[in-house]
Amino acid sequence: MDAKEFIVRRTAKFFKDGDVVNLGIGMPTMVANYIPEDVDVWLDTENGAIGLNGEPDAEHTDLDLVDATGVPSTLRTGACCFDSFTSFGLIRGGHVAFTILGAFEVDQEGNLANWTVPGKITVGMGGAMDLVSGARQVLITTLHTDKNGNSKILKKCRLPLTAVHAVDYIITELCVLHYNGEGLVLEELAPGVTVEEVIAKTEADLIIPEQIGSMV
Amino acid sequence: MAKSKVVSIDEAMSHLFSGMRIMIPGFVNCGVPETLIKGIISAGYTDLDVISNNTSVQGRGIGRLVHENRIKHITCSHIGSNKETMAKVVAGEINVTFTPQGTLCERMRAGGAGIGGVLTPTGLGTPMQEGKPVIEVDGKQYILEKPLHADVAIIHAWKADKMGNCIYHHTAKNFNPIMATAADLVILEAEEIVEIGELEPDYIMTPGCLVDYVVQGCPAE
Repeated sequence: MDAKEFIVRRTAKFFKDGDVVNLGIGMPTMVANYIPEDVDVWLDTENGAIGLNGEPDAEHTDLDLVDATGVPSTLRTGACCFDSFTSFGLIRGGHVAFTILGAFEVDQEGNLANWTVPGKITVGMGGAMDLVSGARQVLITTLHTDKNGNSKILKKCRLPLTAVHAVDYIITELCVLHYNGEGLVLEELAPGVTVEEVIAKTEADLIIPEQIGSMV
Repeated sequence: MAKSKVVSIDEAMSHLFSGMRIMIPGFVNCGVPETLIKGIISAGYTDLDVISNNTSVQGRGIGRLVHENRIKHITCSHIGSNKETMAKVVAGEINVTFTPQGTLCERMRAGGAGIGGVLTPTGLGTPMQEGKPVIEVDGKQYILEKPLHADVAIIHAWKADKMGNCIYHHTAKNFNPIMATAADLVILEAEEIVEIGELEPDYIMTPGCLVDYVVQGCPAE
């Protein structure tokens, strides 16, 4: 199992029956493939539906039904469609249980930067700022370090922020970190990973509890 | 007797002008008023001040206006689905004002519903807060975001009657209903135009009183 699959498998275990869950682009989209079969989760797409059900075959493609990346999708029984205004009311109003997003940077104050790298990436924030300010739980799925081995979990984000004090959990290939309002608590470790290894690979200060769980 | 608002595309286009502030719905390529966008290009209108969620993909939907250099400024939440827009923004050929997607909706709602602004927590502590008043209500902070209103909105419906009462299909609703409320002039294209009275009143999503002209449209390509 590669690191990303390990991360999304753990992330999918956060949900309980009836949860409305919004999955961001990239690694978060993969979470849909690993939701336990006995948990009834409703996938929200901010362009206007709850109850997305994966890509259609060519014969059943409807261009009026797409996911948040614009790719044709399908609806499960019990799904509903709505306009963008209603969609973001649901998001901002706390009616979405989880939003799962990637990060350029995240920090020990629960701050998130994932929408712009000035001079390099200028695409806009889309719905990310509303999702992180409104969803009841904000989960960040990210590799622990960047391509050069630098920690993505910082003392203080350097990039322009997406939201302040908004992150609840960070799930990486090494550990699960929980922002408890005061700092990042090391709640779970991946098999074979030590506290010392996490500390060595993390710029942020971590709160180390007496009991640390396992990610599997 | 209820009167028809159905006109030709040329008649509808004759009410527009270069430099107009125009709302154009759509999420990537879904729910985009493709027929009316092609009409704007044929009519030669330029220097558009566009309000939209994004700019479709290259060469489609709003991407046609990007490709033909008809846009001078755009207020939107995302341009990542269209590489040509990204290149023109970087080159300074199009000015962009980013607004979070939910804030975009609320600002249009305010513009269309006679509300002087909205208080949203979205964007607090980010660059979105810069230059805007922060107001505290019951101990919580919010950014004051002002209404958005346009000269024109062009709308894509699935079914409409001849006076503009209409229904949208699945996720092709997106920004269509809210934009129909927030412009001086609203032109609607519908994939299917039916007689007045044929649509069940309880299922109508946009009241026909908001619509000025109805044009025959086509399904998403």
